[in-house]
Amino acid sequence: MSDHTHVHGGPKLYALVLAALLVLTAITVAASRINFGSNMTNVIIAMLIASVKGSLVALFFMHLRWDKPMNAIIFCSSLFFLGLFLITCYTDVVSRPAVEPTNLKAPAPAPPSKT
Amino acid sequence: MNRSLIEVDEPSEQHASHHPNLQHHFGTFEQQFDASKIGMWLFLATEVLLFGGLFVGFALSQAAHPQAFVEAHHHLDKNLGALNTVVLLLSSFTMVMAVHAAATNQRKKLIVNLVITLACAAAFLVVKYFEYEHKIHDGLLPGQFYSHKGDTVPNQFIFFSFYFMMTGLHGLHIVGGMIAIGWVLRRALRGDFDAKYYAPVDLVGLYWHLVDLIWIYLFPLLYLIS
Amino acid sequence: MANVLTAAPRPVQHHAPGENYLNTPKGIRSWLTTVDHKRIGIMYLWSVLAAFFLGGVLALLIRIELLTPKQTIMSAEAYNQVFTLHGAIMVFLFIIPSTPAALGNFVLPLMLGAKDVAFPRLNLCSLYIYWVGTLMAIGSILLGGIDTGWTFYTPYSTSTGGAVSLMTLSVFILGFSSIFTGVNFIATIHKLRAPGMGWFQLPLFVWSMYATAVIQVMATPVLGITVLLLFMERVLKIGIFDPALGGDPVLFQHFFWFYSHPAVYIMIVPGFAIISEIIPVFSKKTIFGYKAIAFSSVAIAVVGFLVWGHHMFVSGQSELAGAIFSFLTFLVAIPSAVKVFNWLATMYRGSISLKTPMLYAISFILLFSIGGLTGIYLGAISVDVHLHDTYFIVAHFHYVMMGGAVIAFLGGLHYWWPKMFGRMYNEKLGAIGCALVFIGFNVTFFTQFLLGTRGMPRRYYNYLDQFQPLHAFSTFGSWILGAGLFLTAAYLLATFRKPMDAPRNPWGGRTLEWETESPPIVHNFDFDPILTHGPYDFRPARTRPNEPVAHRS
Repeated sequence: MSDHTHVHGGPKLYALVLAALLVLTAITVAASRINFGSNMTNVIIAMLIASVKGSLVALFFMHLRWDKPMNAIIFCSSLFFLGLFLITCYTDVVSRPAVEPTNLKAPAPAPPSKT
Repeated sequence: MNRSLIEVDEPSEQHASHHPNLQHHFGTFEQQFDASKIGMWLFLATEVLLFGGLFVGFALSQAAHPQAFVEAHHHLDKNLGALNTVVLLLSSFTMVMAVHAAATNQRKKLIVNLVITLACAAAFLVVKYFEYEHKIHDGLLPGQFYSHKGDTVPNQFIFFSFYFMMTGLHGLHIVGGMIAIGWVLRRALRGDFDAKYYAPVDLVGLYWHLVDLIWIYLFPLLYLIS
Repeated sequence: MANVLTAAPRPVQHHAPGENYLNTPKGIRSWLTTVDHKRIGIMYLWSVLAAFFLGGVLALLIRIELLTPKQTIMSAEAYNQVFTLHGAIMVFLFIIPSTPAALGNFVLPLMLGAKDVAFPRLNLCSLYIYWVGTLMAIGSILLGGIDTGWTFYTPYSTSTGGAVSLMTLSVFILGFSSIFTGVNFIATIHKLRAPGMGWFQLPLFVWSMYATAVIQVMATPVLGITVLLLFMERVLKIGIFDPALGGDPVLFQHFFWFYSHPAVYIMIVPGFAIISEIIPVFSKKTIFGYKAIAFSSVAIAVVGFLVWGHHMFVSGQSELAGAIFSFLTFLVAIPSAVKVFNWLATMYRGSISLKTPMLYAISFILLFSIGGLTGIYLGAISVDVHLHDTYFIVAHFHYVMMGGAVIAFLGGLHYWWPKMFGRMYNEKLGAIGCALVFIGFNVTFFTQFLLGTRGMPRRYYNYLDQFQPLHAFSTFGSWILGAGLFLTAAYLLATFRKPMDAPRNPWGGRTLEWETESPPIVHNFDFDPILTHGPYDFRPARTRPNEPVAHRS
């Protein structure tokens, strides 16, 4: 069926991966209770843990570890383009100057601080 | 063009008595399986970008309304979210066990694991139902239907717009996955699969893992960020 | 680069003489439920040509309205709907599916030596989805219309009446048609190549279709989520794009153009594919710089994802973002230029045959160069600030989309017409049609560059009197263009009155589709095709080397 005559993976490995995923979930919940400083840092840490979990699912449950490389290339490409989209839009949004109203009789209010 | 006659292996002819699941335009099972895997991964790539667009919208809306999002997310029950995460991870485990069983000719194990996967998916939807019911009761609805009273921070309806869109689209994919798993289960009960041919199990499994993957990101973003 | 096998497979008779994919099996039901890529391609062909006709009629109406300032034949509200529909129909119902789904579906498996695409049922599904989306789009025309422009910018699109919601849903559906075609092509090119056909023995058409398919798969889902969010904003008022609700209208433009810029590469890269096939055949000379052209297709596909912000220089996006996009826009022109130079180098000292496909190919090179160069002008922010939303933009994109993609499509249609239908068209009429199209196109659209630099805004119903002479000249050009297209349609359709007398290989092409009958049998080849030469090997047979049989992959 596939080019390897033996089947990769196996119950032991999968159970191990599941255990790791459950532990990481617990870590995610615990980490959310800690404030690491700015909102951005919290988000990044949460996303990093999620990415570790995601990598485990992709590599072992979805068999990318043993598949032909094309499948992994396809998957990583989609993540790459998504990252491009996110980073570019984000760059635009944060680098826009604050919009001050120009028709006020009183002086303009102080701009809201960005978190 | 000068043609000299040389014996050539013609796979399409030799498969006149081929496996019923080998389609006519493929030469070998391996070729067909590889092609279908590529096709499924490409489809998964489109799902990544589809949901990814929602993630981008969520991220940028959060950047524009940080206090509203922090306030709003407290209405979500972290424990139910964590429960759902565990349920989906479990279902991913049973799904890959099902694929493994198919690949090793263990029909009973295949069927049992598919059934457990379906059960986990149903459990996920039940939990979601309770969550949604609670939100509806409190008026925490998307967009113009938001009717929650007593907000100190405005614009929380934007958070709930995204909450319902993202979990709703995800939920639709869960339902679609259940239908696909149900179809594979039916074929497994009929005895369609063996170690030589189990591609549909594998491919539906890949889809199911992606649904799990999306939730792995959804859970912290919606429930845990503060 | 020449190929390595000399084997001659035994021909196997699977079919009665006179049987081909057009007449076997018979009956409408067999067509509507077919999984034969050739039949699906033909059904797509008629569908996109119908869309082209509809969009073209709308274009003629636009030009007639613009003959005079103020009202000529329609009200301002009607005009807004007409140009919106012209754009939406041409982009979503015609150009995007045209070369990939109509020509690509037919030709790609033949070029690879395959019996069909990787997923024939998915192919049929893609066609059905296209029809459903089309019906929904037509429904939205009849149920209130849309007047937002084909770009659906918010907040107008979230607040205006009409059938915007239905149209956005139909665009969502149509996107899946495009995605499934892309998925099919990538899998087909990876797994269904004939023995001996490695990546660098592929016809360049295949390379370009691969690049197009990657864009279709990676970009279209973002369009899907964009129109979904737009729909939600209209129906639920979710607060993402509408500033009155706390949303960001520039965000909509980011979402929209992240797909729609790569979409223009979905439109043009298949055009490149066709030109790369026609030029070597009608110059009787191998393509110059095969690898450069192959890799340039991939480069365009990737870099094309990085430049969408050049549609938004004056939208309110940050200067930093604008600068980055401007720089990347200049980069993306390079691979396109590589192709143009390589095509010209191919023609140099070749034995040029000025048949109709070649006339279209040469027209393409001229018109696309103009379109592409004007794109460079627009890539400079300082220039774009003055030219954005003027007729310069309209002229630019018509030069690349029509002078480029559509001209290439017509060239491909004429190149593969004998293969698809087994009949030759009248060569003289072909030349006349091409000349009328070329002249009419330039009269219509070059004038619009002038209109734009003199300040005429796009999408305007009314205009200052000083613009009228140029508008009138452009409208006159549209009639020449229309006449050329009608003539082309007429002589092509007239071929159906002739018997199927086309030879297997009327043009002397060296790619695999010319090895089978015109039109092909249902299973494409009555032998298992194995390469015996490269796709652009025009050396006389006696001078070609005889190399040993290669191992099957």
